Amino acid sequence: MGNKQTVFTPEQLEAYQDCTFFTRKEILRLFYRFQDLAPQLVPLDYNSNPDVKVPYEVISSMPELKDNPFRERIAQVFSQDGDGNMTLDDFLDMFSVMSEMAPRDLKAYYAFKIYDFNNDDYICPLDLEMTVNKLTRGELTPEEVGLVCEKVINEADVDNDGKLSLDDFQNMILHAPDFLSTFHIRI
Amino acid sequence: MGCLTVEVALGLKSGALNASPSSGTYQLCVNLNKGHKEEFKDLFKFTQLICARARTGTWGSKSFALVDIATIPLNSCIKEGKKNASKLWRLMESVHVYREGNLTGFDLSEMLVLIFSGGIGKGESCLAHKALTFLFPNSQDLSPYDESIVHDSFHQLIQEQSQRAEAESLELQEWPPRDKGGGSQLHGAPQEYSSATLRILANMPSRTIGRSRGAIISQYYNQTVKLRRKNSRPLLRDMSRSARPSIRQYDLEFDLTPREEEEKRSLLVEELQGLTITQRNHMLQNMPLSLTEKRCLRQDIYIRRGRQRCYQISQTQLYCCSHLKYHCIIAFRSLWYGLLSGLYALKPWRYSLKQISGQFGSSVLSYFLFLKTLVSFNILLLLLLLPFIVAVQVAFPPTSESSNFQSFTGLELFTGGGPFTHTVMYYGYYSNFTLNQPCSSHQSSDHCPANAVHLPYNMPLAYLFTIGFSFFITCITLVYSMSRSFGKSYRVGSTLGVHAITVFCSWDYNVTQKWASRLQHDNIRTQLKELLAEWQLKQYPRSVCGRLRQMTVLFLVWLLSLASVLGCAIAVYSFSEFMHENHEIRTETISEKLQEARLLVLPLIVCIINLVVPYFYNVLAICEQHDSPVLEVYVAICRNLILKMVILGLLCYHWMGRKVKSLEDQCWETFVGQELYRFMVMDFIFTLVDTLFGELVWRLISEKLKRDRKPEFDVARNVLELIYGQTLTWLGVLFSPLLPVIQVLKLLFLFYIKKISLMANCQAPRKPWRASHMTTIFITLLCFPSFLGAAIFLSYAIWQVRPSRNCGPFRTLDTIYEAGKVWIRRLEEASPSVTWFTWIHQNLVENTFFIFLMSIVLLVAIYFNIQVVKGQRKVICLLKEHINNEGEDKIFLINKIHSIYEKKAVHQ
Repeated sequence: MGNKQTVFTPEQLEAYQDCTFFTRKEILRLFYRFQDLAPQLVPLDYNSNPDVKVPYEVISSMPELKDNPFRERIAQVFSQDGDGNMTLDDFLDMFSVMSEMAPRDLKAYYAFKIYDFNNDDYICPLDLEMTVNKLTRGELTPEEVGLVCEKVINEADVDNDGKLSLDDFQNMILHAPDFLSTFHIRI
Repeated sequence: MGCLTVEVALGLKSGALNASPSSGTYQLCVNLNKGHKEEFKDLFKFTQLICARARTGTWGSKSFALVDIATIPLNSCIKEGKKNASKLWRLMESVHVYREGNLTGFDLSEMLVLIFSGGIGKGESCLAHKALTFLFPNSQDLSPYDESIVHDSFHQLIQEQSQRAEAESLELQEWPPRDKGGGSQLHGAPQEYSSATLRILANMPSRTIGRSRGAIISQYYNQTVKLRRKNSRPLLRDMSRSARPSIRQYDLEFDLTPREEEEKRSLLVEELQGLTITQRNHMLQNMPLSLTEKRCLRQDIYIRRGRQRCYQISQTQLYCCSHLKYHCIIAFRSLWYGLLSGLYALKPWRYSLKQISGQFGSSVLSYFLFLKTLVSFNILLLLLLLPFIVAVQVAFPPTSESSNFQSFTGLELFTGGGPFTHTVMYYGYYSNFTLNQPCSSHQSSDHCPANAVHLPYNMPLAYLFTIGFSFFITCITLVYSMSRSFGKSYRVGSTLGVHAITVFCSWDYNVTQKWASRLQHDNIRTQLKELLAEWQLKQYPRSVCGRLRQMTVLFLVWLLSLASVLGCAIAVYSFSEFMHENHEIRTETISEKLQEARLLVLPLIVCIINLVVPYFYNVLAICEQHDSPVLEVYVAICRNLILKMVILGLLCYHWMGRKVKSLEDQCWETFVGQELYRFMVMDFIFTLVDTLFGELVWRLISEKLKRDRKPEFDVARNVLELIYGQTLTWLGVLFSPLLPVIQVLKLLFLFYIKKISLMANCQAPRKPWRASHMTTIFITLLCFPSFLGAAIFLSYAIWQVRPSRNCGPFRTLDTIYEAGKVWIRRLEEASPSVTWFTWIHQNLVENTFFIFLMSIVLLVAIYFNIQVVKGQRKVICLLKEHINNEGEDKIFLINKIHSIYEKKAVHQ
């Protein structure tokens, strides 16, 4: 194809296409978004795979994430260093999972990670409390939060271990048809 | 055995973390098994150091104290943005894994055990160590030198211990019974397990799922192997959702060493190579690994492939055609990608939809998506109608009989009459003979060139079949999209998990505006509160008196709304009768223009009813006070739907019953087409008016009054209006084949107008809104009353009503359907070789018995499906019970292990 882009080599682009849910156009658009975030950091030439990380503060100021109560978790989950500083790969990965094409299981997996604040591979009552507080900006009384958490665990915990494992979570997501449309960031 | 239980406990009094170290009191005790003092020199140094810092330290005591975490204001630390604090928090919560229940306290021993057993990963042990240093206020008292000693010694200790723990875990792995479940801990039992038990628990499969890279790789390796063996679609879709890990046959060795992991990885690469390109890409895309790793995997795959290919090429270098093939494939592939991205560029309104969803969330977005669906339905209709009916008719215009050129005044744009009457717009214009056939009996048979090649085109037949076929296609697409949407939003055996779904799935990640996100916060809060209130209401049900009162109110409101429907219907009917009679009497007395304008009165009245009555229903709904807001929305939809359908049904009756008889000399089909056109235009105008007054003026007023309440965008009402418009289009397709064009234009306008008004005037709806359920309901409504009603109306018109005598393609026939019969008869006469076709027609289409049989088969199929679903529900219940039992079994087994280890410890 006679496109004038020189950011990536054709092989790179193909690799990105194969590993994400994006077309080449979308990949390029995402790259320019990424580059716009920190023009002084990100070079316009990715042929040699430069190891550039955009710090979390910049990532979280994106309009898509700025008002999301879970932005910190999203950035942490998708960044490889766990602190929210993202490379281009992480960035593409994030939007690929959040895209329309991503299957339910993949989305559920990452949503689980996002809601699992303490990274213990379970959503325990504490994670739930944090989630509810973030959702409501801490405007529910602790008793209400406790009650909600208790109900959530009662509903979703299939094996009665008092916390939600990935399987419980996926099973619950299966019954939430809205999940696919809400866990989605348009770019 | 050298089981080293290191239990270091640290007690911190309240405020110790934030306040200056001097004010806090520290207690530290180290409890070691006998005979290991030498090995823990470093640890002693470390504890000594702490003790030195603590004012009141006890040494050598066998007991240990718990840290009272609740007193440490960790949350505030996080809020202040201290990185260490958040890490510490994470760490403590990982410790908390071992404790279940509430986080009122945790002890350091657990943290150490955790580090030693590899529970938080070896790489994170230095994080733990960081956290420990954070625990001790390090700025003033501790000199940098001392601190580094602490660090080093502790680090060393950790490394030593982790090696030991690894060696031990190999022994221990044979010990635990094969665990078959997900969760692993006692529910709500604040028991303390020994470190050995904890270590086993940390290695349980359910704990490691999704954690380590190795686990993911081996899981996907298994899937790929399965995929390769079956070489069909991956089974992971139906397996991984419902089944537990043990059923899914995951590898149970999840904590793989790096070497094993590498092996697994190379195996995976090999397996992936065996797949086709699409399958491989599918696998790669679906793996929950980071993109960098995916790319590495992909590169590995290609490198090995490339090597094979090089080998092959060197072997077959002589054949240049393989080279050519290779290039062809590459060119084709890039062409395909180019085409894909081109298609993507065609996706309309991408940015607008993003904007809308960003500001208003997915509920309002569902309205616009529905609008988009309607546009595509109409375009589908047009794709069939335009080339097969309209274009052909334009190419062969009939000899015009009425060439009196009427002046164009502008009013015709609204009435659809005047100069438009004799155009392709309406049924009356279409000719009733075979086009492109000069020898036809309808034209003068003087010029009949003998040898010219012609493709005859039977217009009546084309008209009938194109409309029938387009309805059939629409029906199929509608039913298909309905079933898909049902499948998405309702599933077999789904339990009501409202709270869980509200907590996890209600945050709309699309939202990008600050005020919208604040609104969403508020929405979710009120929703949760409502849910709790509902639950509490169920605990304490209403009194009999209250219930009685509610029932009375409900009854009255329904009575009122039904009465209003009846009233509207009577008004419309009597008015149309009145107009009809008046029309006949006074046709001569008034001017032509006024006569045209009079035609607009009926649509005007219907539109006013459609505009005003829903507001009346809204007022009624306020009196009702439904318990759940969802029910309120459904009731509102139901009432509006009843109103609209009753009025439309009445109008159809009016047209078919009255107009057909009275307009026999003129072209009644054209009249009905014009009437529907008028209704559509009026509907559009009223939507604009509603948008203007309902939204713009309302906003201006509320701004004047300084109330902070913009009008809400009422999704349900707007969607019902769309459905109404679409019904009009479907009703009119037979009489005015170009009506879908008008509808498409109308929808396009509507999209932009609604969008602008929405952006400027509205706020997102406050009602909780389950968008996908709603979409399902909208599609169902579009299918059931709307499409089905239109189809019944048209079938009646085709099979029963006599077409008018002097216009249209069916002017010589008794019913429209007869065109098909005539054609069959002619076919029979012309070519006897296709008797099978006429046989099919006679025996299958005309015969009622066959239709009877078909419907019986359909009913039986439906019955069987219902039974299957019932059975599935039962199975799901049984499986749930089973899972519950397994959980209990597991708890029992864990307790057993624990007791065994305790006994062992006692013996030692």
